[in-house]
Formats: sequence, C-alpha cells, structure tokens
Amino acid sequence: MAYSDKVLDHYNNPRNIGSLDKNAADVGTGVVGAPECGDVMRLQIKVNEQGVIEDAKFKTFGCGSAIASSSLATEWVKGRTVEQALQIKNVDIVQELALPPVKVHCSVLAEDAIRAALADYQKKQQAQATGAPGASDAADAARHGG
Amino acid sequence: MKNPIYLDYQATTPLDERVLDAMLPYFRDKFGNAASRNHAFGWEAEKAVETARGQIAALIGADAKEIVFTSGATESNNLAIKGVAEMYREKGRHFISAPTEHKAVLDPLKRLEQEGATVTLLPVDKTGQVALADLEKAIRPDTVLVSLMAANNEIGTLHPLEAIGKLCKARGVLFHTDATQGVGKIPIDVERMGIDLLSLSGHKVYGPKGVGALYVRRRNPRVRLSPQLDGGGHERGMRSGTLNVPGIVGLGKACEIAGAELASETVRLTNLRERFLAKLRGSLDEIYLNGHPTERLPGNLNVSFAFVEGEGLMMGMSELAVSSGSACTSASLEPSYVLRAIGVGEDLAHTSIRFGLGRFTTEAEVDFAAERVIAAVKRLREMSPLYEMAKEGIDISQVKWSPTEH
Repeated sequence: MAYSDKVLDHYNNPRNIGSLDKNAADVGTGVVGAPECGDVMRLQIKVNEQGVIEDAKFKTFGCGSAIASSSLATEWVKGRTVEQALQIKNVDIVQELALPPVKVHCSVLAEDAIRAALADYQKKQQAQATGAPGASDAADAARHGG
Repeated sequence: MKNPIYLDYQATTPLDERVLDAMLPYFRDKFGNAASRNHAFGWEAEKAVETARGQIAALIGADAKEIVFTSGATESNNLAIKGVAEMYREKGRHFISAPTEHKAVLDPLKRLEQEGATVTLLPVDKTGQVALADLEKAIRPDTVLVSLMAANNEIGTLHPLEAIGKLCKARGVLFHTDATQGVGKIPIDVERMGIDLLSLSGHKVYGPKGVGALYVRRRNPRVRLSPQLDGGGHERGMRSGTLNVPGIVGLGKACEIAGAELASETVRLTNLRERFLAKLRGSLDEIYLNGHPTERLPGNLNVSFAFVEGEGLMMGMSELAVSSGSACTSASLEPSYVLRAIGVGEDLAHTSIRFGLGRFTTEAEVDFAAERVIAAVKRLREMSPLYEMAKEGIDISQVKWSPTEH
C-alpha cells in the first residue's frame, strides 16, 4: 500500500511525541485501543487557565496511519479551547491525511483519543470544583454517588 | 547493495538466470506442443518435458513417471485432496491435517467438510509441530488421507515427515505433504519418508511462477486420483491441459540446481539466519522467535518485536522487503492464523515480522538489515505507550483495554 506524503511526513517527523504528568490537574489523558487490535493511542493535553489547550503529547502503538493520525491530532488540538477541540472529527483527519478506507479506523481512534483526553481533563476539573483532591477516582465516586 | 533488499523468500523467489536461460528456447523456436506425436516440434517439446520430469523426480527420490505437472502448488494441493476424496469415497471420508497448513490445503478440506466429509485438525505445539501420538489417536478406520506440510510458510517449522509417513503406512492411510516451502531447501525423499503425494511449486525454488507439480506414488501403494480438470487426458489422465513447456523446463532446471546446491546452501543460510538473529538479540530486549529454534527452514526467521506494531515497523525500514503477521498488512482484519494456532497472543502477533533469506542474500545484506531493524524498533519503542508502560513495570496483559469496534 502506498502512503500519502502527509502520512509519511507525520510518520517520519512525528509532532509532539512524549508524555505529560498524568497526575497534574491541568492535564487530561486519553488511552484508547488495545494491543490485541494492533492499535493503542495515548493522547495527553495540558489546558491553561483560559481553557486553551497549550500543549499536547502522544505515544502510539500502531501502523503508520495510526501514528500519523495521532500526531496530527496533537497538532490540531494545540491552541484550541476544550469546546473547539471537541469539534475535531475523524473525517477531517481522513481528509487531511488522505487515508484509504482500510485506515479510516485510525482516524476514529484519534478522535476517540481526543475525546478521552478532554473527558479526563473535565473530570479532574469537576473533582476540583467539588473540593475533592483532584483524583479521578474521587470524581468518579462523587458522580456515581450523586 | 540493491535497495530495497529482498528478504521475502517465502513469498516468492527471483528466477535464477540459469533457469531463465534454459527456458528461453522454449519460448522461441522450440514452441511445440508436447502432445503432438507426429512431428519434430512435438517430439522436441516432449523430450524437454521428460527431462524436467526426471530432474524433479531426482530431487525428491521419486520416479519420473510419478510427476504430474500443474499450474502451481495450490492446484497440486487441490488435486491431491479433492482427487483422493473422490476416488476413495467408498473407503471413507475422514481427513487429518493441522491448523497451520496453507489455505490451499485448509480451504479444499473445508469444501470437503461442507460436502459431508469429516476433518480433524491436529493440535500443534508452540513451535508449530504436531505430536505423533495425537496423529495416531486421530486415525480412524474411515481415514483416507493425512495432509501435513513439510515446512511452514510463515514460521518455517519443519514436520517430522519420516515419522509421519511411517505411521500413515502402518495404518494404511495415504500421506500428502505440501512441500512448497521444503522442496529444494531441505532433503526430501518420498521413499524413505513414506510420502504418497507431494505438492511443489516452481516460483519458490528460483523457477518460474505458474508451474508446479504433484508427486503421485505409483507403487506401494498405487495412488489413484479423480482428475479435477477434464479434457485431453494429459498427465496420465490426472490433469488435462496442454503442458506449459517453458515453465516445466524451468521447474526442472530449478530443481536440478536446488538439488546440487542444497547441502552448501543449507549451511550458508543457517549461518546467515543465526547471524541475523544474534544481532537482533544483541541489541533489542523483548523480542521473540516464532516457530522452532532449530527444526526450521534454513532461510526463515519470524520474530515478534514486542510493543511495536508490524506494519508501522515495516514502514520504518522501507529499505527491506519483508512481511508481517499483523492484520494491517492483509485483506483480513485478523492477525496471522498460524501464529494464533501456535499460541502467540494477538498482541504479539501484531508485532511479528517474517524475514525470508535465500540464494541471493549476502552477509552484507543481513548485517545492513539487522542495523535497520534495530534502529526502527528502537525509534518506534520510544513512541510506543506500551513500551513505556512495560518499562514502568505495568503488566500490559492485565490492563483493561477499551477495544473499539471499527
């Protein structure tokens, strides 16, 4: 299968590889996929006080298209607000990277990763607002209990 | 050094120049139909075909009369399995094979099953071999055929053909082996090994594509087959169709060369393979050899590089032509069924790469390839969340993942 130039570019020069402190209150972490499926993406965002995503990092186990999709996702979320980041759709990623039909699932996974990271961040924020120490478990318990 | 480096010799092999030279006259002046009995053109073609028959028979310890030409190993397997099933229907309809066989064996068996036959697939151990005790237990009074491959195309594991053949003979069951990967690579002797039917292919032995053969035993016992192609009654009635003379000449020459070079190539390729593996192991942790450590094709290495997905890895070493057991490389979404059958978890199956070494592989190529693999694996592990988790001491298999349905 021939890869598009953009996939090759992201694969060869991935943007924003790395890790953020997953325990920090201003960091949201999303891990999606499974090793048995051949794809695992971890996408992290760091949100500033204005609600703008000022940093994003990823690590991905997967094919070139999965790596490119997550690399592109980190590029796109940076500088957006949480609400704006939620607007990113997998079809946009498909279009930008010219993914063939068999690789569409990579873009879906990248969208899922963005959403999971945003949800994790919002959960932490809620936990903080209700006075809990910012642990997501506490937030979970609070929500389920309430 | 040529780039990319071809390391996919189990997929196909380049045509040997000596084979091409032998074939060329049969595309030009010597174009006769081997079935033309009345003029020199036909005689010339027939003579060439008979020479090839002898060359192929010599490589596997058979008689020239026992070689039936086909279009390739897929056809040979179909003819052996379906031809025996039809011919011996009165005797029984039970077949024995293994889950690691090529689809060209499994799918004909599946078809027989749909038509009312019973198929037993023997369990294989983690190296890919069947246990003789299991085979012995599986044989029933109505068993007509055991089909077990000589060497596996993905993991290179060899089956103990002689022991299997002896057992089949003792129990009066026919033994077919798909020797597509084994012929010309490992010593094969149909007499000593008690093989009744054997499939082989031209393009896996540095011969042309589109030609193969089926060995059909003529005595002790005389194996009979129902033809699967009806027509002019070529090949003693077992396979009608005008013979592919240039292809057959090439297959014959390829077998002659393979036989002459088998001993020295076995040593050379085994050394290259072990050199390659030693280099990988010297620089990378968490890599796993799939298949048997020693009972394997000299030119086959199948390795799982934990935490690095196979297709992503191949993309990172585009100077190498290899293949992967990862789902992403094939039309199906499942990872390799062979790796699954030998108990390799799906997570590790996705990280497997098959390296196929062959006649034209050099030491310099192997060294270069090892360097490229090591660099690509290291780079991708730095990008892998799984590698990071493993280094933090997290047991990946205990993590609750959220597989998404796509």
